Amino acid sequence: MKPQTNEQKIKFYQKGTFTVGNRLIDPDQRLVQATTDRSNAITSGHRACQGCGEALGARYALDAAMVATDKQLVAVNATGCLEVFTTPYPETSWQIPWMHSLFGNAAAVASGVAAAFRVKGRDNVRVIAQGGDGGTTDIGFGCLSGMFERNDDVLYICYDNEAYMNTGVQRSSATPPAARTATTPAMGSAPGNVFGTGKNVPLIAMAHNIPYVATASVADLRDLEHKVQKAMGIRGSRYLHVYVTCPLGFGTPSSDAIKIARLAVECGFYPLYEAEYGVVTHTGTIRKKVPVEDYLRPQARFAHLFKGGKTDVETIARLQAMCDANIKRYNLLRDEGVVA
Amino acid sequence: MTHQPHPFAITLDVGTSLANHTGSWRTNRPVYVDRIPPCNNQCPAGEDIQSWLFHAESGDYRHSWDEIMKNNPMPAVMGRACYHSCEDVCNRARLDSSVSIHAVERFLGDLAIKEGWKAPPGAPATGKKVLVVGAGPSGLACAYHLARIGHAVTIVEAGPLAGGMMRFGIPKYRLPRDILDAEVKRILDLGVTLKLNTKVEDIPGLMKSGGYDACFAAIGAHLAKRVNIPSPDAGRILDAVSLLRDMETGAEPPKLGRRVIIYGGGNTAMDAARTAKRLGAEETVIVYRRTRAQMPAHSFEVDEAVEEGIMIHWLRTIKQMDEHSFVVEKMALNKDGWPEPTGEFETIEGDTLILALGQDVDLGILDKIPGVKVTKEKTVEVDRNMMTGFPGLFAGGDMVPAERTITVAVGHGKKAARHIDAFLNGTTYVKPAKHDVATFDKLNTWYYTDADGSQQPHLDMLRRRTTFDEVVGGLDETNALYEARRCLSCGNCFECDNCFGVCPDNSVIKLGPGKRFEFNLDFCKGCGICVTECPCGAIKLVPEDI
Amino acid sequence: MLKQVEGSWATAKAIALCRPEVICAYPITPQTHIVEGLAEMAKSGELQKCEFINVESEFAALSVAIGSSGAGARSYTATSSQGLLFMAEAVYNAAGLGLPIVMTLGTRAIGAPINIWNDHSDAMSMRDAGWIQLFAETNQEAVDLHIQAFKLAEQLSCPVMVCVDGFILTHAYERIDVPEQEQVDAFLPPFEPIQVLDPASPVSIGAMVGPDAFSEVRYLAHYKQLQALELIPEISKDFEKQFGRVSGGLVRPYKTEGADTIVIALGSVIGTIKDVVDELREQGVAIGCVDICAFRPFPLQALDAAIRHAKRIVVVEKSLAVGMGGVVASHVRMALRGHPLPVYTVIAGLGGRSIIKPSLHKLFEKAGRDDLEDVSFLDLNWDAINREVARMKETRRSGPHAENILRDVGPTRKVV
Repeated sequence: MKPQTNEQKIKFYQKGTFTVGNRLIDPDQRLVQATTDRSNAITSGHRACQGCGEALGARYALDAAMVATDKQLVAVNATGCLEVFTTPYPETSWQIPWMHSLFGNAAAVASGVAAAFRVKGRDNVRVIAQGGDGGTTDIGFGCLSGMFERNDDVLYICYDNEAYMNTGVQRSSATPPAARTATTPAMGSAPGNVFGTGKNVPLIAMAHNIPYVATASVADLRDLEHKVQKAMGIRGSRYLHVYVTCPLGFGTPSSDAIKIARLAVECGFYPLYEAEYGVVTHTGTIRKKVPVEDYLRPQARFAHLFKGGKTDVETIARLQAMCDANIKRYNLLRDEGVVA
Repeated sequence: MTHQPHPFAITLDVGTSLANHTGSWRTNRPVYVDRIPPCNNQCPAGEDIQSWLFHAESGDYRHSWDEIMKNNPMPAVMGRACYHSCEDVCNRARLDSSVSIHAVERFLGDLAIKEGWKAPPGAPATGKKVLVVGAGPSGLACAYHLARIGHAVTIVEAGPLAGGMMRFGIPKYRLPRDILDAEVKRILDLGVTLKLNTKVEDIPGLMKSGGYDACFAAIGAHLAKRVNIPSPDAGRILDAVSLLRDMETGAEPPKLGRRVIIYGGGNTAMDAARTAKRLGAEETVIVYRRTRAQMPAHSFEVDEAVEEGIMIHWLRTIKQMDEHSFVVEKMALNKDGWPEPTGEFETIEGDTLILALGQDVDLGILDKIPGVKVTKEKTVEVDRNMMTGFPGLFAGGDMVPAERTITVAVGHGKKAARHIDAFLNGTTYVKPAKHDVATFDKLNTWYYTDADGSQQPHLDMLRRRTTFDEVVGGLDETNALYEARRCLSCGNCFECDNCFGVCPDNSVIKLGPGKRFEFNLDFCKGCGICVTECPCGAIKLVPEDI
Repeated sequence: MLKQVEGSWATAKAIALCRPEVICAYPITPQTHIVEGLAEMAKSGELQKCEFINVESEFAALSVAIGSSGAGARSYTATSSQGLLFMAEAVYNAAGLGLPIVMTLGTRAIGAPINIWNDHSDAMSMRDAGWIQLFAETNQEAVDLHIQAFKLAEQLSCPVMVCVDGFILTHAYERIDVPEQEQVDAFLPPFEPIQVLDPASPVSIGAMVGPDAFSEVRYLAHYKQLQALELIPEISKDFEKQFGRVSGGLVRPYKTEGADTIVIALGSVIGTIKDVVDELREQGVAIGCVDICAFRPFPLQALDAAIRHAKRIVVVEKSLAVGMGGVVASHVRMALRGHPLPVYTVIAGLGGRSIIKPSLHKLFEKAGRDDLEDVSFLDLNWDAINREVARMKETRRSGPHAENILRDVGPTRKVV
């Protein structure tokens, strides 16, 4: 099943296909986030910054997983913003069983939790491990790869805001080229982060031949919920990489948290796709293509590309080339008429 | 499993962060608003288009029709004859194409006639009497609104039938008469008295003798403008107004000859030309002194005329009419875009000339009334309350300075009714303040699925050229519903749940179907995501008092 | 039933008898034979209802155990040396979260220079991580301590590290009484966690604790260890009742009555020391020894009671607090606060160097004469050291010591 299937079923879908809910859509086709009985896995009172994309992405994913598992869900969390803002003693925002151990071991801890439920004959209880990009692509990468390789029955979700935001915006292996962070300052002849693809964990996950790998964005809830639901319907190791904005780290208005994420998808910077057993089975489409500049310009971390009214055409062209490569590789515009 | 106390501080009871009221972080507060959609803002009849489309979207056509009827008593007529300027400003046009508002309105109007829906019952009788002079769109609309308020209304009409320009100006192929008759009847069924073939000569006298507390004059503008063209046979020069009227009242259709020339570039010119074609003219040619872009006729009318084989000669003026031909002078646009004579002449063949050069108001019954002032355009001056200089005498429609369309006329009727009611109560009607307009920049259109507009069916060309059958067909229910659902609901919450979904702090409370949402300010941090992600621009951020 | 078996096999068997539900394994010498044994039992079906998970690192091994224990499963892992250090962060974490994981530490030196042989550097490096640390003297005790460890861990909600000397015990074949399942079942009740991840009753485990409560959390960890000081002897007694032999406890004095000199040690070396004590006692020397079985919690009072009557204490320890001396000796001095005695620190057996009886005889004889330095090293090759020290004096940067000394004493020695 592909995410667009719902629209096709709805005869008059002009409103609601991309919105969270809608009175005109059949109740069973409304998103989990549209329901008043959603779990709110992370409830109010958490200490995330205003407009935190990760707080949103995590609730989206976990609420969807709660529905998919009939509330038989346990979450394991790496150290990071999500952990810190949800569980400062004496208050926790979690409403589901949740455990935090260390920065780099969420995948392994989750493997252990899954093993415990399996051995106790309760494998209806499903496990999600989650971490930020630092906890996933860097320090937690060994444990993650181990979990994939053993095909442990865990869905690992990486909330990727492209830097170590919790510690004050330092570069991670998921930081995009040219981005300014506290450890890749906008100085010198090549300001910001180095050029390269970074550590593309979804592709690395696919190389483990695990049953399911997908990328999702906090800006496309319908797609995200579908992918979580699909992932929870599969046994074995699954990986979901969710792009989430960090208004603080990106230097964008809190109100634009979803907008920026949407631009990342619409310019081709962040491709949405699904893969099963190492093979891409579905890719998203760009609805309203925009140049990468539209994505870069609102973000203070790329401000040096537009400094003093002068646009760094060369760097932007390199970034555009990356987007174009994604568009081609994942056929995001469908203009070749081939659906990946 | 035995319950034991959790390890201190390390293990916490779920959901305890509800004790932490993050609302105290807020510097801005989101507020739900209802902005006025461009269509509503534009509608000369004051229709709440977004609102009736909202009901139509869910298939609640009766509710939708009732909503139209609050402002406009003739949806089936308007769905055909209105030039739907609402669609010109529709925000959807910037995505794919405008919502076909008129087509949905027509669907609802036709459904109402088919189902025999009655106008919503009015208020109890007030004992006040109002005289309406003229049974055109403006007079009928005013009568309808006054009757619903509870006033006793009598319409006096000089002509033999009600409808005014809807009947004598708009040809049948654009507005079938059974539709018009049904909607007029529905107004009369409210208890409005209609006196036909009654020309009023003395309004103040009639008001006095009839015991009317107020009068609404809406006699229209039906005197054709003439131009002096030298001709050996003046009998072959007609005017469009007369032609179209004769189509309704004449014992037999006028004889126009083989080749008909129409002079003018407005909608009436198109109507006359297309009527001439249907009456059997082999050649119908419109002569207009300016260019197509400058024609006052609506584009679709010109298109339909051309489709039917009407020829148009741009940048020409008629200088002289001969036996079977006309001398025309070529014009050229000067640098200001005005046509100027070139001194070049040509001859075109033609048997009959129909003048469609505009209409004037017959001021005969008004200019003698004390206090009534006439403008230099020969229309009647009214104040903000649509009252003339004679107390209790209101006027509207084509006879007052305004755009001359039936939609404007219907709007005048409603507006006048409100002012007349206020006048009868010894008060002044104060129009509620308008909200901000939900302009395109207020919307987040990413959330709307691409959906191209639907096309209304057209009659086959043979029948279009030979009969007066209705040219443009209506939408079936499927298409009408589809079209209604293309509405972006600009500025008005349509309960898409986006705000409820996108709040990182779960601080939006969903109140249930039809009840919209509320902010939980205990937790709202004022991030403003809901504002950005509201598709229709129904939330705004206001600074907190700190 | 007594069997002539390898220590690791017996330990594996004992662990299996404890019905572990999740076992995580990553290979490192010398603990490998234990998890290999468990892998066989899990694969063959002998060990039922157990998930055996091969992980990619020691860090993951303990992390998996943290997860499984957090979800209420009896969890076990094993490591040594570098492996323990690689999981160090998780070691602290498991204790901080109060998870009753049992881990075997096949004690081994820490590199560089890389060295696979036994000493206690690894165990000592984690002494303050919040785990209970028990040291086995023999393979029989290794078996017994693991059975006790699960009971202790689960009663306290505190992880327990059973330290078994690498090679000396893990690879030694001995006659070992491996208990019957019924006996173990009677001794060790099923695991009932005080906190557990369960959708039926959700909690958040592992909150962030700030200055307002962190000290209290730490104190409570300390308090837990103080409770263990009472619980360890109780469990040891229960064990004796069930299995008919003495194993475990806090400290085990040997011939300390009337002893002027008391030797203190941990782990297997105590066996050799006992032999020397026996020989010296026969010669009329007033000497005894004390085996510290529980190093964490450190049994200050029990040890004090066992040694305070002596004239001097000799601590033979298999780890070096570089730049300071002995770890255990410092603890012993703490036990003796209030009535100080001479406490001699003897660093011995580092990196697997054999601690042999003649050397101990010599050592104890010198100790009897109070002819020992505060910190001394057993059987140090002073020739090699002196040469290196001399080189260091000549050249400010003389290169790596290990290489230089090997050049002097090892097989690549240059013939001058």
